[in-house]
Amino acid sequence: MWSDLLPAFFRGTWITLQITVESVALALLVAIVTGIARLSRYRIIRAAAAVYVEVFRGTSLLVQLFWLYFALPMFMNVQLSSGAAAVLALTLNYGAYGSEVVRSSILAVPAGQTEAAIALNMTPYQRMRRVIFPQALVRMLPAFGNLQIELLKGTSLVYFITLADLTYEGMILRSYDASSTTEIFVLLLIFYFILAHVLNSAVRWFERRAAAGRS
Amino acid sequence: MGLHMQEKTARPEEAPVPSPIVRYRGVRKSYGELEVLKSIDLDIAPGEKVAVIGPSGSGKTTLARLLMTLEEPTGGTIEVDGELLWHKEVNGRLVRADEKHRHRVRGKIGMVFQHFNLFPHMTILRNVTEAPIHVLKVPPEQAREEAMRMLDKVGLADKADSYPSQLSGGQKQRVAIARALVMHPKVMLFDEVTSALDPELVGEVLKVIRDIAAEGEMAMLLITHEMDFARDVADRVLFTDGGRIVEEGPPDRLFENPRSPRLQSFLSRFRAGSSGGGAGD
Amino acid sequence: MLWSWDYTLKILPGLLRALPITIAATLAGFAVAAVLGLPLAMLRRSKYKTVSLATRWAVDFIRSTPLLVQLFFIFYALPLYGISLSPFACGVIGLGVHYSTYLSEVYRAGIEAVERGQWEAAVALNFTRAQTWFRVILPQAIPPAIPVMGNYLIAMFKETPLLSAITLVELLQVAKTLGSQSFRYMEPFTLVGLLFLALSYPSSLLIRKAEKRLNRRQSTRR
Repeated sequence: MWSDLLPAFFRGTWITLQITVESVALALLVAIVTGIARLSRYRIIRAAAAVYVEVFRGTSLLVQLFWLYFALPMFMNVQLSSGAAAVLALTLNYGAYGSEVVRSSILAVPAGQTEAAIALNMTPYQRMRRVIFPQALVRMLPAFGNLQIELLKGTSLVYFITLADLTYEGMILRSYDASSTTEIFVLLLIFYFILAHVLNSAVRWFERRAAAGRS
Repeated sequence: MGLHMQEKTARPEEAPVPSPIVRYRGVRKSYGELEVLKSIDLDIAPGEKVAVIGPSGSGKTTLARLLMTLEEPTGGTIEVDGELLWHKEVNGRLVRADEKHRHRVRGKIGMVFQHFNLFPHMTILRNVTEAPIHVLKVPPEQAREEAMRMLDKVGLADKADSYPSQLSGGQKQRVAIARALVMHPKVMLFDEVTSALDPELVGEVLKVIRDIAAEGEMAMLLITHEMDFARDVADRVLFTDGGRIVEEGPPDRLFENPRSPRLQSFLSRFRAGSSGGGAGD
Repeated sequence: MLWSWDYTLKILPGLLRALPITIAATLAGFAVAAVLGLPLAMLRRSKYKTVSLATRWAVDFIRSTPLLVQLFFIFYALPLYGISLSPFACGVIGLGVHYSTYLSEVYRAGIEAVERGQWEAAVALNFTRAQTWFRVILPQAIPPAIPVMGNYLIAMFKETPLLSAITLVELLQVAKTLGSQSFRYMEPFTLVGLLFLALSYPSSLLIRKAEKRLNRRQSTRR
């Protein structure tokens, strides 16, 4: 009986993984750009970034997903596929949370480091790229690890827009055989649990690499 | 008080020994491989003031913490007022006592800490009344009266409604002493209570302790670096080193004629750099 | 299609009517989480290795798996064992249990931040364990944790739309229904987004202010 469930589960896992990995990569990019933007010298850049962050942190992920999938087509004549809407929503939402992590990690780097870099006549770009950011990165990773698990959990919401991820496949299986409901949900939870820890190990691997050579 | 006089004038082997208020028998304490206390035998008489001096790491603080049940002995027994603290006799055998038993015996011990450990979320008055009300079940009005009397005794009655963060170190320590006294222990432990204080605040705390010692009834175990003070207040001084009581005796004898070489070198360190405080050497 | 203000005004009352139940679910769920989190934190600190380890795994499992699946479990699986609850109750329990794991970590951090000397002073004064917890430790552990707990309250508020999956008629569900009736999705979903923003943004600002004030007070202590 379990063996009947597994193929569907693996299909769903594949979709879930794809969405997760794509979203994590893009969210990371957005987080870094936005985080740095919030520390920009130019007020307008800071303001724009702040608005983006507050809006996406202050509204529900599911609402954002629905808005991108259902409301945006009415607005802009583009219909996003469910996959694209999912990745976009996850990216924008977790990118906003991630930008806070980036911002506070950069601020946590001692001021003396910036001063030393200025004294060595580095340009602002060089300062960030070579001195500040590498040090901030080590601080960011644990929080990113947590965010990434949250993102993985967030992928389950694509169920609402009928994207055949792990959760959706589980619900479909249940519709065929309601008596195995408990087993299906338990298996679902276990799959997510394993995925979360596999992804977390990857983050911890990065953590170790980034911290290599430090005291 | 009569007991006190007997202590000072009779020779140790002649005087009828009163039943000790605290008795350590073969007490050992190890942390894994590290043996901090190596078989301690020690009797403290009711009302006796015992000072404990020695280098850091010699085990003197552990000695006190075992009595206060903050640490558990690896071996040996501790008796308080005739009752075993860490053990119970069951069918003629000694078994590890449960918390209920320890709670009962522990009520006879009090402790003042190096870092005060006042409760920051309570006023000074509440710090001093909390335990009497909830542990001794003293009626709140009575507890408050007694607390104010005790605070007055340590000179801090006017700070009753302040919070610990508003007090100086010396004031905090005096409150800590009041808080412990109000529980009427039979033995009071003072664990380096002036070591964390700025020098100018040490005196006010030592004065309070002197006053308490003069009242007589409570036994006191004073772990301290203040040699002059120890000499003044103590009936007996213990020198610990490497987890043992290396030497003990009346303060005058111990400080004037230290017998063991370790004690001699320990004291010379204090004498060499000794600056003011008591009468010059 | 452009924005229709007429339609917006028409649907606004309907949306606002769904707010009470959304807020009620949030508060009830938070209450469950706050109450459940404390015993979890204490179990986690138990000196019995099996208890603390089992608690750690349970907390980890619930925290690492989607709330949506947990809600489905409570709503669809439990009835098979005779436990049939209303969508609201399922939602509250689901939210509560899921977030109790987060709050237990917050409590744990707060408890461990209380310095060891406080425990020792309590022993010296012969307080019982219960008295130590309730009179000395918790009063010091919990206040600094309140801003963080406030953030989780807001997070729970934003997760209430998930409850539409177990047929609770909350804010998003109403918007979906309205949208499917009129085929205009932009106004309902935008309004819902703005309503969430209107409630959560000021709250998070308040919490940030409270946090700053708390940090200032903590640093003047001692």
